[in-house]
Amino acid sequence: MRIELEKRPRPSALLSILSPFLALGLTVIAGGIMFALIGKNPVAALYGFFVEPLTDIWSLHEIAVKAAPLILIGAGLSVCYRSNNWNIGAEGQFIMGAIAGSIVPVVFHGWHSPLVLPLMLIFGMIGGALYAAIPAFLKAHMNTNEILTSLMLVYIAQLFLDWLVRGPWRSPDAYNFPVTRDFAREAILPEMIASGRANLGFAFAILAAIGLWFMMRYTLKGFEISVLGQSERAGRFAGFSSRRMIWFSMLLSGALAGLAGISEVSGVIGKLQPIISPGYGFTAIIVAFLGRLNPIGIIAAGLFLALTYVGGEAVQLTLNVSDKITRVFQGLLLFFVLSCDTLIQYRIRLVFSRLGRSSEGGAH
Amino acid sequence: MSDVKASGDGALLAVRSLTKLFGSFTACNAIDLDIRPGEIHALLGENGAGKSTLVKMLFGVLAPTSGEILWKGEPVRIPSPAAARRIGIGMVFQHFSLFEALTVAENIALSLPPGISLSRVAAEASRLSRLYGLPLDPNAHVADLSVGERQRIEIVRALLQNPELIILDEPTSVLTPQEADRLFETLAKLKAEGRSVLYISHRLEEVQRICDRATVLRHGKVTGACDPRRETPASLARMMVGSDVAAVSASGTNAKGDVLLEAKHLTVRARSPFAVMLKDVCLKVRAGEVLAIAGVAGNGQSELFDALSGEYPISDPAMVSIRGRPAGNLGISARRLIGAGFVPEERHGHAAVPALPLSDNLVLARNQSDRKTFLGGGVLGIIRQAVVRLASKRIADTMDVRKSGENPAAGSLSGGNLQKFIVGRELDRQPAVLVVNQPTWGVDAGAASRIRQALVDLARSGSAVLVISQDLDEIFEVATEIAVISEGRLSDTYPAQALTREKIGLLMGGMHGENGEVAHAHRA
Repeated sequence: MRIELEKRPRPSALLSILSPFLALGLTVIAGGIMFALIGKNPVAALYGFFVEPLTDIWSLHEIAVKAAPLILIGAGLSVCYRSNNWNIGAEGQFIMGAIAGSIVPVVFHGWHSPLVLPLMLIFGMIGGALYAAIPAFLKAHMNTNEILTSLMLVYIAQLFLDWLVRGPWRSPDAYNFPVTRDFAREAILPEMIASGRANLGFAFAILAAIGLWFMMRYTLKGFEISVLGQSERAGRFAGFSSRRMIWFSMLLSGALAGLAGISEVSGVIGKLQPIISPGYGFTAIIVAFLGRLNPIGIIAAGLFLALTYVGGEAVQLTLNVSDKITRVFQGLLLFFVLSCDTLIQYRIRLVFSRLGRSSEGGAH
Repeated sequence: MSDVKASGDGALLAVRSLTKLFGSFTACNAIDLDIRPGEIHALLGENGAGKSTLVKMLFGVLAPTSGEILWKGEPVRIPSPAAARRIGIGMVFQHFSLFEALTVAENIALSLPPGISLSRVAAEASRLSRLYGLPLDPNAHVADLSVGERQRIEIVRALLQNPELIILDEPTSVLTPQEADRLFETLAKLKAEGRSVLYISHRLEEVQRICDRATVLRHGKVTGACDPRRETPASLARMMVGSDVAAVSASGTNAKGDVLLEAKHLTVRARSPFAVMLKDVCLKVRAGEVLAIAGVAGNGQSELFDALSGEYPISDPAMVSIRGRPAGNLGISARRLIGAGFVPEERHGHAAVPALPLSDNLVLARNQSDRKTFLGGGVLGIIRQAVVRLASKRIADTMDVRKSGENPAAGSLSGGNLQKFIVGRELDRQPAVLVVNQPTWGVDAGAASRIRQALVDLARSGSAVLVISQDLDEIFEVATEIAVISEGRLSDTYPAQALTREKIGLLMGGMHGENGEVAHAHRA
């Protein structure tokens, strides 16, 4: 027996639109079963995970804080993926952006000026873009697979950060803890509103997503991205260069990941430390797909995945479950998004033997 | 092969109201067909008429939805190609399934039951190939063989099973006229032995020449069963198309003007091991001329198109000039800006993106040449959807593009209608130079005549048109001048009236000027 995927002649348009919601529903059901299996009350657990965080101001701010990097990175990745460039290394570009942006407040900590913050943001974007330039160069000129190179560069970035904060950039007055000195006041990204921690990073994310949505929807550049993503040959016929598109999409997504990195360090953590991301760069891949590679959809998807982080922390405390629960939920969600999309386009057929196949056709 | 008289009407293979549905689409609708022993039976029809679906059911590749197949009068079920071969049906597909890195004998052995020694296969293959006039070296590597020779492997492979019925799917579409002649001799031999041949084609001339009977399909239904020798090409075409096909009129295109497109010693290295190197190609197309480049597929046609269109620019600007300006190093957009238009061979994924609507596919080809009209918002480059839609509606109306809805996805159009849109998209600009690769490949006869007429009209209005085509009928319909490409070299250019099919056939085989008969033609 073997299993075949057979393309459906007419995939349902309605189901294609509903697919993300279907995936969410299935994730919640699977999550409920999982809670029941580990002996927790599934209703209470799901309530704590998905609903309770929405009921108080502090959690809402937390959601905005965590959604900001997810949306920024996810929106950039959507441009990459639409153009058929598979940047999997946003986590590394996030870290390198954070490091490059921190040059000003760490190395030049004596310099106080209102220019510090804008410079940090610009350096952050440049850092992320330069780091993404490595897989871009390798793909454009050496024909390497960007999935592998960008992914492997993540681990290099993580270890480079680790070395920096334990070595040259370690704070002289942190009792040998592996952290840099605290950023000065003018190096801190301000809060958006007085009621909580949500910082300007969230505003950047929304602006970036809307900007990219406009580009994809209305401009020739957006057209170029989707043509090259669907057919390189047709793109060439249109006078578009897929090589230039590798550079454009990788640098753009790298810059946005770098901006997310420096915003996180400057607005949330206030210094560099060995771990600055709970996997935002990878989670943003889920965000991009859950949001249908559409920047507006990505805003919604980013907020939802931020909820899984906040909800995961909440049930960790109240129900005493493992801190891996957030990852499990994110994994389930990606699994269901991809399988819903696939099964809407294809149907599964079990083929038992050649004979069975022909008798089904009724040839007699 | 003589005990075939079992069934009432003496047919070797009979098909009774055979139907195949794909979803709600009826590919074959209650088809009846009789093939008698020892006859060459033609299955005629346009692309999409259901010919391939029908033979795939006969060869066990597809299962019919309803209806029955009778083999020597007995109802049979053919669940797989292996079962088809067992009862005595062999098939030569249009697209070969050969491993290029293996030898002829190895490729043949792959299709046989395991356990037969390679030397026996080789001996048997060369015996058969001699017997049927299909010269083949069993130890040659497939990669080194021409398309015609590869087809012979497929035929020998089918013959090794000693079939009583051989199905050939569009066998001459890849052959030179000379190679086709040799194939017809082989078919005559098979027929003389009492074997039957089911010959699928849309070329009326060769069907009339070699086939005893013909069954014509249109839109999945049988529209006629006849003796092709008693029909005229026009009456056969009417059965295929359903209406009379307008003849293209090419008269009066002889007003020669300036040279608008020129290639000078164009030499381009092959980009991949499977591509063809262009060697010292020289050509000139004047205003008012249609230069047709004939040749068997895979002799450098797509490479020539790439070099002329600028999809792959060349380092030496002087090798290609458009309207007198050196353009070799310019990209495709820059060449469009100086007045050239291009229609590539492949519709899906090259000339058009199937998932995008027609209006977007208009932007695809004209995003720079019509920048002022189609784009707004300055550097932002915002696409003016309303303007683009209007323009694509105008093109669809002019070229009579039949479509579902106002602005459907390109992929939802039939081949002919999409091709009309793609050609119309260029004609709408009135380009001074138009380069077209295989303008009517896989296009129905009505659309093909429309497209050919449009090309002739464009030249008549003072443009230079270059048509790359494998279809000699098409070439003689549209061309004022003809050249032949073979192994990346282009022959001299001849006036269309000075050439015959036979001469073109010799040139296709690579007889550049070595043959006395064609050597003293002028170089354009």
